[in-house]
Formats: sequence, structure tokens, C-alpha cells
Amino acid sequence: MDAFTTHTGTAAPLRRTNVDTDQIIPAEYLKRITRTGFEDGLFVAWRTNEPDFVLNQPQYADASVLVAGPDFGTGSSREHAVWALLDGGFRAVISSRFADIFRNNSTKSGLLTVTLPQADVEALWAAVEADPTTAVTVDLRAKQVTYRNTAVPFEVDDYTRWRLLEGLDDVGLTERHLDDVTAFEASRPSWLPKTLPARAG
Amino acid sequence: MGQTLAQKVYESHVVRRTDGEPDLLYIDLHLVHEVTSPQAFDGLRAAGRTVRRPDLTMTTEDHNVPTLDILSPIADPVSRAQVDALRRNAAEFGLRVAPMGDRDQGIVHVIGPQLGLTQPGMTIVCGDSHTSTHGAFGALAFGIGTSEVEHVLATQTLPQQPAKQMAVTVDGELPAGVSAKDVILAVIAQIGTGGGQGHVIEYRGSAIEALSMEARMTICNMSIEAGARAGLIAPDQTTFDYLQGRPHAPQGEDWDAAVAYWSTLHTDDDAAFDREVHIDAAALTPYVTWGTNPGQGLPIDGVVPDPAQFADEGDQRAAESALAYMGLTAGTPLREIDVDTVFLGSCTNGRIEDLRVAAALLKGRHVDAGTRMLVVPGSVQVKLEAEAEGLDRVFLDAGAEWRGAGCSMCLGMNPDQLKPGERAASTSNRNFQGRQGKGGRTHLVSPAVAAATALTGKLTAPADLDNGIATRPSTRAGA
Repeated sequence: MDAFTTHTGTAAPLRRTNVDTDQIIPAEYLKRITRTGFEDGLFVAWRTNEPDFVLNQPQYADASVLVAGPDFGTGSSREHAVWALLDGGFRAVISSRFADIFRNNSTKSGLLTVTLPQADVEALWAAVEADPTTAVTVDLRAKQVTYRNTAVPFEVDDYTRWRLLEGLDDVGLTERHLDDVTAFEASRPSWLPKTLPARAG
Repeated sequence: MGQTLAQKVYESHVVRRTDGEPDLLYIDLHLVHEVTSPQAFDGLRAAGRTVRRPDLTMTTEDHNVPTLDILSPIADPVSRAQVDALRRNAAEFGLRVAPMGDRDQGIVHVIGPQLGLTQPGMTIVCGDSHTSTHGAFGALAFGIGTSEVEHVLATQTLPQQPAKQMAVTVDGELPAGVSAKDVILAVIAQIGTGGGQGHVIEYRGSAIEALSMEARMTICNMSIEAGARAGLIAPDQTTFDYLQGRPHAPQGEDWDAAVAYWSTLHTDDDAAFDREVHIDAAALTPYVTWGTNPGQGLPIDGVVPDPAQFADEGDQRAAESALAYMGLTAGTPLREIDVDTVFLGSCTNGRIEDLRVAAALLKGRHVDAGTRMLVVPGSVQVKLEAEAEGLDRVFLDAGAEWRGAGCSMCLGMNPDQLKPGERAASTSNRNFQGRQGKGGRTHLVSPAVAAATALTGKLTAPADLDNGIATRPSTRAGA
């Protein structure tokens, strides 16, 4: 995946709670077997049906930081939601609470999810609504979000931060420890189920 | 200090633990379906990797499969290409696949338990958020994204951090007509869609212990709708009885060894939970959702809420937007909401017991003239079992449609979709905007409420049918 160190761009205020992954990208787009090219499905129902939807407003059309209400990314585990946001030009999403699977998926593809207290989210909404050209910097090295004269620190565990800063894939890291995996396998009870050979159901 | 059930299962699967790094957790069973796997297999090919444990991997087709004319090629070329990709990948990497037409095919969370592949104490993952279903057996089971699917295929492990522990205790006896679905809808309404975030939920208490395996699966299935990646229930005699004799369950001496181990899988008396929630089973009634997230649910005796009554501004806005999308007016009694379509099925409520409950209410009656009812068994096995019991005749005589197995209208990746503005009472798990078809409106309900609703054309509790609500007789004489 692409490394994430720091990113500066404009931000779109998505004043909605419970933005589920079906809204980020509906199921019909999940029939594709590619890993890129999902920008046409990003928030497609809201972009199509709601003229006032924030991403339909020209001042936010080029935003690369999404600032959303609590419980962003709930529902389906579809990593396509992360891919669609990246394909749609977003590098970071800020919310006071992310669904676990979505946040985990984001760390695998280089989309930075930043958890801030709701009061800081509200302040950021107010700032980018007052001036949509406000430059927002999300700095993973310094672990802070800055805009105008405001700097807000955020938490991220050191390991995830290191992986994102280096752009490292987990599979390669785990392959360094395959001896441990083999040793563990030798200790598993023999009666644990195997899918092969098939036994008729 | 003692351990919770979830901690016991987690700790027994730690392959490697080092300060400053996530644990490496061994995965006992990897379930794979056609939607979230093609990019993972591409990743393996690009890196020249193989599947480490084909014998711990099971693949099937469920999301895209039509429920009519299932032995013909899929008409939608994009769906067909995705299903074909799974078959090619299974063949190339040596994996077992249960394709359309196979007697083991079905929704991935229905076939795992039915084949006996889901057992207590295991770690189980799938690129599907409803993997939490398998927690009903005392397994630690959770949904993952496609990058993690690739990781498990390549290494049979996942980097993980221990989760926080939540106990949801349901004590007392459920009233007649109130089911596991109502319990979990009530839990989600109480703690919210983010209430379980960062946690594993253990469901416990006398009401949970009294439930069948099917009902336990319904509850664990919707843990994700409360924000928890995993939910689980301690295994007991009900669990063992369900498993014994299933194709992949241990046999003979292995069975005895397995039961001895499984019997140790319960939360210690001195274990601590980070959060505890208590529900009084006797006070529960049938629940239905009125909004566009699963936390927006109420007892069926209620009315559509006024957004102004919510204290939180975000909740107010969410309620306003939900009422607009759902075409509902605050103050309307939930029982007065007209329904076009009833969907009985999904990994939440597509099992044999769910079909039996609905059939018992439909027997000798007929679905409302303005309502269509779709009955979609969760697997081919469920379908065959229902047909052996004559349930298909009950559904057909009542005017319902009897379909092939799959995910179907739960998310409409196959042709089974709501039209814009259509309103469904659905036994599935998500009432998100457009989930069952663009512009479609979803009320989540139990199988019993689904059947009662099909008979009247309005959201209806099963008990209402005994209280003088008129329904049409079956068109088949003597039915």
C-alpha cells in the first residue's frame, strides 16, 4: 500500500451519523473483481438523489479530508468502502467514532482514520463551513490535525503508525514468523475440523 | 483474575506475542464467498503465494446467486463473472467449493454450522461482517476485510489486538411470540449501533441458556449491528446435541475429548467485563425498526418517534433523515404501517426453525392481497429439510413464493430487490437506505412478525392474529 506520512488538503463536512458502508458504496458495485475504479460508486445514492449533498457542492468537490459524524463505516465489512474513498480522492477521514472493521480495513490500504472528540469535530465542521478553502493538515508523524491556528492531537497505536508511515503490508511482516505458525500448528488437537476431504452434509 | 470465554478462546490461539506489536492469532476456519475474495486471490497470485491451509478453508456462492432457475447460468454478466472467479480461484488454489446446485451450497454462515465445521473454542473468520453468527457455538468469530482475507489465505493467521469485554445478560422467560430476533433488536436499540464498538459481546443469562442453536445464531449474528465485531455464547448441552453426528463433528474418542475441552469454555466467576448490560426477558415484546439504522427500533406497540424527542442533535438529524427516507410521519402507530413485501430469509433468520415458526402462523391462512411474501431458505440443506417437512406446501398454499437458497433480498445483489418506494418487513439484519434495492424501505422484524405481517399487510405482532384481526383463509381446500 501507499505510505501515509502527512497530508494537506481541503475538507468536506459530512454532518451525518451512522454513515454505513452501504452508503459509502452500495452492494451492486461489489460485483466487480478489481481493486480500483470504485469512485463512481462513492456515496452514489446521496450524490444522485440529494442536490445539496456536501460532495455535490462545488466548494467541497475537491476535498481530500472527510469530516464525518459518529459511527462512520458501520455495517458491512466491505473493504470496497475504503477503496472507494481513496479512489474518490480522500486520504483521511475524521470522526469521533469509527466502526471497528472499517477502521481496521483503512489501515490496510493507506486511508488514515483519525478519531477526535466530537467537540473537535464540531469545531472543524464550523471552520470548513465558514471557509471551505481552509487547509487541513493531517500529520501522522506528529499525530496531530492542524488548520488555521488550531492544532488537535490524536491517538494512534505505534505499530499501526509505523506500518502506515512505511507503507508496509502485513503478509510480508507475518511471513517472517512462519516458524512460529508451524510450531503452533503442531500443537493443535487432531480432532479439530478440516474442510478437506469433504464429508457429505 | 479469571478470564472471560472470549479471552480463553483468544489466548489459546496466540501464535506470537511481542511487546509493541499486535498478537499473531491462529485461525481455525476461514470461510470464503465470492464477493470479498477475488482481489485477495489476485494478491496471492501477484506475490506468487499459495493458500497455506486449504483444509481449513471453505468456499461457497451466496451473495450473487439467483433464487429462481438456479441451474441455468446467472443472467447478470457481472454477477456471473464474480461467481466464475470464485470457482476458478478455488480450482487453482485447491479449495473446496460448494457451488450453486451443490447440496452443501448456501449462505456461508448457515453452511458452516450445518456441516459441523463451526465448533466451540475455534477462531473463525470470513470476509463478511455477519461472521459473528458462529459465536453462538462459543467460537471467536468475526468479519474481516479483503486485505485480511488475503492475509489468512497466505498465513492462516491474523494480527490482532485483544478486544474489550462486554456482557449482555438476559434473564427471565421470553413471553409467547417474542423471539431471539426481538431480543437482539432490543439490545441494539438500547446500546446503539456504536455501543459494542471495540468490544466482544458475551450473551448470557437464563433466557439465553434456554434458546436453541438457531436462536443463538440469530442473536450473535447481529452483534455487528450493535458495533461489536464478535458476539458469543458459552457452549452447553444444547450446543453439543446440535453438533453430534454432523458431517465434520468429531466422532468416537475424538468426540469425548472435544466435549471435555468444550465443557471448560465458559467465563470464570471472577472474570471482569468492561461493560455490562442487563435485559429483562419477561418485559420484551416484538420489536420492529422504524428508521434506517438497526438501532432505530421500538416495541411494536409504539409509534413512529418525533425527531425532536431525541436529546442529541446528531440523533435528531438522523431521525429526521430516516423519517423522510422511510416516508413516515411522527406519531403514526407502528401497527398502521402498510407493507408491500415480506422477506423471510438471510443469515439472521433463514434457518429451519425460522421457517417452522413462520409456517405455523401461515398454515390455513393466506397472505394479504396487496402483499407479496418471499421465503428464501438459508441453504440447500434447509430447503430440503423444509420440503421434507412439507413447509414448502404451507408457504405456497398461503400464497408465498418458495425460492432457492442464498442471501437474496437481504442485500439485493441478485435479482431479488425492492423497487423504489416499496416497503418491506424483513427478517434480515440491516435497514440501511437502499440496502434491499434502490429507494427501498426496510423494517427489520422477527420471522413470527414477518408471517403475521404478510397475513395482514401491516406490521403485525403474532399475538394480534389471535385477537380478532381478520386474515384471508388459504385458497387450498382443507389446508
